[in-house]
Amino acid sequence: MDILHALIVLANFIIVPAIAYGSQLALGALGITLVVGVLRFSNFAHGETMAFGTMIVILMTWLFTAMGLSIYPLPTALLALPFGIIGCIAIVLLTDKFVYKFYRKAKSTPVVLVMASLGVTFIMNGLIRFIIGPGDQRFADGARFIIKARDFKTITGFKEGLAIKVTQSITLVTAIIVVAALFWFLNKTRTGKSMRAYSDNEDLALLSGINPERVVMITWIIVAILATIAGTLYGLDKTFKPFTYFQLLLPMFAAAVVGGLGSPVGAIVGGFVIAFSEISFTYAYKKVFTYILPTDWAPTSLVQLLSTDYKFAVSFSILVLVLLFRPTGLFKGQST
Amino acid sequence: MNENPFLIGEAMTGGYGTGADILHDCTVAVNKGEIAVIVGPNGAGKSTAMKAIFGMLTMRSGQVSIDGEDITNLSPQDRVAKGMAFVPQNQNIFTSLSVEENLEMGAFLREDDISETMNQVFDLFPILKERRRQAAGELSGGQRQQVAVGRALMTQPKVLMLDEPTAGVSPIVMDELFDRIIDVAKTGISILMVEQNARQALEIADKGYVLVQGENRFTDTGSNLLSDPEVRKSFLGG
Repeated sequence: MDILHALIVLANFIIVPAIAYGSQLALGALGITLVVGVLRFSNFAHGETMAFGTMIVILMTWLFTAMGLSIYPLPTALLALPFGIIGCIAIVLLTDKFVYKFYRKAKSTPVVLVMASLGVTFIMNGLIRFIIGPGDQRFADGARFIIKARDFKTITGFKEGLAIKVTQSITLVTAIIVVAALFWFLNKTRTGKSMRAYSDNEDLALLSGINPERVVMITWIIVAILATIAGTLYGLDKTFKPFTYFQLLLPMFAAAVVGGLGSPVGAIVGGFVIAFSEISFTYAYKKVFTYILPTDWAPTSLVQLLSTDYKFAVSFSILVLVLLFRPTGLFKGQST
Repeated sequence: MNENPFLIGEAMTGGYGTGADILHDCTVAVNKGEIAVIVGPNGAGKSTAMKAIFGMLTMRSGQVSIDGEDITNLSPQDRVAKGMAFVPQNQNIFTSLSVEENLEMGAFLREDDISETMNQVFDLFPILKERRRQAAGELSGGQRQQVAVGRALMTQPKVLMLDEPTAGVSPIVMDELFDRIIDVAKTGISILMVEQNARQALEIADKGYVLVQGENRFTDTGSNLLSDPEVRKSFLGG
């Protein structure tokens, strides 16, 4: 009986949140890893790209709510999502045209492009704060829970409750659909294969007649789609604040590196590795141990390895460890 | 020398970028359906001559024509469209793509149905058909060369240019590769080849060009070069 209770506590506080958070990180890391693979630089502006797309989604959500549109029990933000994607695609293509293209033509080294992306970060961040303000925005409407903790206890009779939020399940379902679509595109379509070829061997791809500018454009479009969806899901699940997305860069990059830079499968696996690590290293296991261990051994302290403030320290440590011992990551990506 | 060669790079002089000239008034040509081989000591400019014909070089003087058409000012991609296929010495396959995907990428510019060409490639290189779904990077050296050549053949070229196709390949595989090259030539595709294994290459060559320091030193049929005592002493080890 008590093992079961321990499992329910673990599920409620670690497994379910980590799956949701891991899906969001995975989608973000996918965008990062695609840019590394095809455009060959680490895009530090990815967080702001997510924020920009999410911002457009929020603005359109406000518009739709004012117009009275609703798709209860799903959040209205899902209706606004396509518009956010279009807006994000626009800004990303514009940024490429006015910033990255110049350095690409000049055959600049990757580190120059990274610095350029830092500049883009600052400008985009300022733009977002200018448009929507620096404060918190909660834009999740619709039903909140699929199953509430209290209801779970009533239904099952257990002492511990398991709550699953609507936003968490949307995150998982959306992530699965998006990843499946992305893999289908990369592996089954001619354009997708040409992107993989261009990422594999640029000179040979050019010799084969693959148009580099087209590959670049399609990559940015896919990145914008992934970023907007990831940002919106994260914002629905938690909250939207312009600075949060910059902080998400660290776990997302850690996820991409752990999985192997340039490997889409790696980005997904890495996302979950980082999410599960962050949450399980900073959780207070007092209740779990109370259930598992005999009564005499029940812990008096919180049994928390690190306080939740140290979540980013966990992803940072994992990143450093991977770079030290296996820089190519789990799925043998590039070791940049 | 050649009456109406199919592909000719004539009196080429040039080098890489703004650097010194590597080629000096060098001429290389191949007739339709024949095999022409460029041999010479290391640093003679063999690969450079072929790259010049493909348009990857800054050519200060000279001209290149295919089937009578002057292509001197075309980019490499445009020359592919004219019927030239180039197999570089290194990094000539997409290692993370499967064998079949490599062939598909070879035919990227084609709009029509490529399955027949792919079957022809598989007939020529049966081992590729066996491993069509395997990642190309997992194959052995000789098999990778087959993928590289197969990839080039997917464009249905008129001229196939090979840069040291037997580099780093065992002697048995080298014989097989040369047999395949002869098979390809029999289908009417002209072959221009740079080779380090001079003796074996000249054995299958209709025309041989010995380059030394970027200049033509000897030009003759393959068998004549093989039996020429001076050529044998200098380049073929007697």
